[in-house]
Amino acid sequence: MADVVVGRDKCGEQRLVSLPLSRIRVIMKSSPEVSSINQEALVLTAKATELFVQYLATYSYRHGSGKEKKALTYSDLSNTAEESETFQFLADILPKKILASKYLKMLKEKREDEEENDNNDESDDEAES
Amino acid sequence: MAERPEDLNLPNAVITRIIKEALPDGVNISKEARSAISRAASVFVLYATSCANNFAMKGKRKTLNASDVLSAMEEMEFQRFITPLKEALEAYRREQKGKKEASEQKKKDKDRKTDSEEQDKSRDEDNDEDEERLEEEEQNEEEEVDN
Repeated sequence: MADVVVGRDKCGEQRLVSLPLSRIRVIMKSSPEVSSINQEALVLTAKATELFVQYLATYSYRHGSGKEKKALTYSDLSNTAEESETFQFLADILPKKILASKYLKMLKEKREDEEENDNNDESDDEAES
Repeated sequence: MAERPEDLNLPNAVITRIIKEALPDGVNISKEARSAISRAASVFVLYATSCANNFAMKGKRKTLNASDVLSAMEEMEFQRFITPLKEALEAYRREQKGKKEASEQKKKDKDRKTDSEEQDKSRDEDNDEDEERLEEEEQNEEEEVDN
């Protein structure tokens, strides 16, 4: 069971967490309203982050299309963010990618819709007076 | 204090290693995927911290503690992390206890050494005589036991 909890570094020594605590601490402190962080909370957050990385990677791989090719790609991750409730908090930072041509087409259609709405508004005004 | 953008990122080498160890052998991870997971990890830390902080504030405490983090995991629906986290916490506490005891022992040894050094200065000759007598006594004891 201990193997699940401790990792091994280059020297083969057992270490509780691999992620650097100092960096984790910087990220935590950047959160507003956080005054101080007890050392145990720091260690647990670092450990939780490692578990999270493992979970995100394996989940995305299992549910992704890259599985046949034995690869994990960005789209596997963005699909996870969109489709899984647990990972939904990542949706904004892992947006789905579309071809530039498709995006430009979408923009164009949106602009046309807005123009149409403006025209309708004007005719409404005229009708009222 | 202004943080530079890179300070809020986690080291690529460590992230890559964690991913590789989690996935089956031979799976290729694109650079984009790695970078995305790294960003996701940073966001996770922020989300977890904010959540844990809510629990601390509810408890009218200003310092985040271990139970706040565990409660946050529950809240974020990462219950699967709770058991391994509790095990990690136990291991960490044992390690800390061990370190504390080791440093207390060192201090005791140091104090003892300092005391005996002061005594030695005035009693060197006496000790040598005592040692010789002790050795003789030990030899006598051994002979008796053999008989």
